[in-house]
Amino acid sequence: MPAPPFLSLKNVSKYFADFCALDAVSLDVSLGQKLVICGPSGSGKSTLIRCVNQLEQHQHGQIYIDGVDVRDGAAGQAAIRDNVGMVFQQFNLFPHLTILQNLTLGPIRARGLPAAEAADLAMHYLERVRIPEQSAKYPSQLSGGQQQRVAIARALCMKPKLMLFDEPTSALDPEMIAEVLDVITELAEAGMTMICVTHEMGFARQVADMMLFMDHGRIVEMAPPRRFFAAPETARCKLFLSQILRH
Amino acid sequence: MGRFMQYVTQKLHLIWQRVVPLSVALAVLLPLGGCSQNWGWYVVNPTTPAGQRNLKFLIDGLYYTIALSVTAICISIIVGLLIALPGLSSKRVPRSINRVYVEMVRAVPILVLILWVYYGLPQVAGISISVFWAGVLALAISDSAFQAEIFRAGIQSINRGQYEAATSISLNYRDTMRFVILPQAIKRILPALGNQLVYMLKMSSLVSVIGMQELTRRANELVVTEYRPLEIYTVLVLEYLVVILIVSAGVRWLERRLNAAD
Repeated sequence: MPAPPFLSLKNVSKYFADFCALDAVSLDVSLGQKLVICGPSGSGKSTLIRCVNQLEQHQHGQIYIDGVDVRDGAAGQAAIRDNVGMVFQQFNLFPHLTILQNLTLGPIRARGLPAAEAADLAMHYLERVRIPEQSAKYPSQLSGGQQQRVAIARALCMKPKLMLFDEPTSALDPEMIAEVLDVITELAEAGMTMICVTHEMGFARQVADMMLFMDHGRIVEMAPPRRFFAAPETARCKLFLSQILRH
Repeated sequence: MGRFMQYVTQKLHLIWQRVVPLSVALAVLLPLGGCSQNWGWYVVNPTTPAGQRNLKFLIDGLYYTIALSVTAICISIIVGLLIALPGLSSKRVPRSINRVYVEMVRAVPILVLILWVYYGLPQVAGISISVFWAGVLALAISDSAFQAEIFRAGIQSINRGQYEAATSISLNYRDTMRFVILPQAIKRILPALGNQLVYMLKMSSLVSVIGMQELTRRANELVVTEYRPLEIYTVLVLEYLVVILIVSAGVRWLERRLNAAD
């Protein structure tokens, strides 16, 4: 008897005007699973994870988090709020707040934590992403890699059970990619459930226990990384992998 | 505050160096330049008792001009924000409320609004309203439409990612606005808010028509008794010039300070 899925998408479709971004996608994710999604741009990867926390609203199908339909009014919102964290391609740190304030804002305002407790929590996670010494600075004073690690810590401060990463290293200079991927890898090893959209295939191989390839709003291929990289089944996926792994 | 005072002192110094010599030069050159009017600075000569009395009478209006403008702008900022927020909604009804208010208020000339609020509103609402509060109300209503547009533009200029990040850490709409969006938006619209204050200081002169004893009204009254419009209105121009240059300098100082905090 397998554990019931923590996150479940059933026939989820999403249209932007006439453009079909997600075409009846179904997907189950259990606690502790690490999914990596790849695919060409415009294939619906980002839309998929943005529908999970309802930054985009899907038109058809259902998304369940811990058994609760995310569109079920207050209960759905609470299911997202209590369980899902997100890291964005562009970091989206709050530029007018210090690093510490970026991290404590959610815990204080949304979780009702006392300021001192929130600061302790923030420092704990800043140590985990290895930049506690930057806590008094503003985001613009940090490098891209540091900013993205702050963004990860900010999401972790809300103690999510599921982390969504939307191309977390795509906006980074090459020399800063490793420090961010290291942090995500550690998080994965610590047992965090995650869905990560990325083109970093070395990282994917190391972290993922399931690879997804998307194209035209559909999950075209879904396999454990060894099989996924060694013997992709579809021609489209084979071509994509050969293109991004060529250099 | 120390830095601000230093800044103001610097600016005053600049005004002393540039504006005062310029006006003195004008005062000397205008009659020399074939101007048929003879200057009679005696009406505002600070070395004679009568001139002193007249000057004091004129300058005392500053208190009302500033009180009127500052009170009105505080109210108009709050009203403007409250009007701007429904304008950002994705729903039609709140958006139309915003549009109707902005379009209607912008269509009424300030002078007309001042007259209507002072003479009309008491009859309609059955209340008595002082000259000061009629002026404040008219200026605030008129300015609030512009403030609403400024706020709307400022809030819309904030990257969508900031809303998404705020949502992703579970902030509700109010907290998102209060802690994430507005602090950034206000910083961006500060120059525009400063311009509105300058505009307000100038428009407050219109409240003179309902008898508010501010700068312009006092100048008018003095002209009637002294028959020296050229000198008195020149002093009036200088009064506005000094106040507004100081305000502009203050806004620029604030802008720089906020930028430095980035």
